[in-house]
Amino acid sequence: MSLSPDEIKVGESRERVLVEDLRRTRIVQYAGASGDFNPLHTDERFAVEAAGYPGVFAHGMLTMGMTGRVLTDWAGPESLLRYGVRFKAQVWPGDTLTATVTVESIEETPDGPVVHFTLRTVNQHGAEVVTGTAAARLEP
Amino acid sequence: MTGQPFPVEAGHIMMFARAIGDEHPAYQGESAIAPPTFTMASAHHDPGYHLRPRPDEDWFGSGGGPGEMAEGGGGLHAEQHFAYHRPVRAGETLYAHTVPGRSWEKHGRSGRLLFSERITEYRDADGEPVVSAVTVAVVPEGPATPKDAR
Repeated sequence: MSLSPDEIKVGESRERVLVEDLRRTRIVQYAGASGDFNPLHTDERFAVEAAGYPGVFAHGMLTMGMTGRVLTDWAGPESLLRYGVRFKAQVWPGDTLTATVTVESIEETPDGPVVHFTLRTVNQHGAEVVTGTAAARLEP
Repeated sequence: MTGQPFPVEAGHIMMFARAIGDEHPAYQGESAIAPPTFTMASAHHDPGYHLRPRPDEDWFGSGGGPGEMAEGGGGLHAEQHFAYHRPVRAGETLYAHTVPGRSWEKHGRSGRLLFSERITEYRDADGEPVVSAVTVAVVPEGPATPKDAR
């Protein structure tokens, strides 16, 4: 299921819309599946009146989870070696998110070739919500 | 094995994959593997997890009133990093060991920000590492204040 080194080139990138007009129900669905029931993400009254936010916002891990799809669809779901992100800004209901994954380098290691990616997910205003890096094994 | 047991169930992987909007066939069925961020859902199996309401205990979200932000409860997720030793598979039990990592502070626009790492190693029944996870949380110093997010 891994890519071979001749199927992927440094500088190549893939882009994908992760979600259009994020609905609150999607955030509730992630809360249930992940077990993170922090009311900041699902309880509008709490988020506004108790926490002082404009409203609920998505779990960072929902955005990281959705962004991961671009990596695994490309490199294969069994090939990831590392995946790390920084959460740069909140994701709000109504947001449309687009992820871009770019090949930074291909490294020969004693265990075979490894591809290093950078990744970036932006909202409909072009603002970064998640940035990060990942690495995946390629077929020897 | 010691550590917090995390039974990896096929139905749970399916629900998690749906929630992140990924219906890849690898995440379906009794022989499913888990999506890369699935180990976060081990929270369901952590008896002391603080972000899950429990019967007969106070919960800080809204009910008749708006709820109450706990002191230091303004924490947010700043970074998340995973290293994968092999895929996580439905039907196995992982054992999670969590230890505190580094902590540091930065001066933000609205005062001091306290960062702290939590490192969780997920091992299999043979004690072999499967996933290493590092969570970086950030908490603004002082009482929770209204945010000017956006």
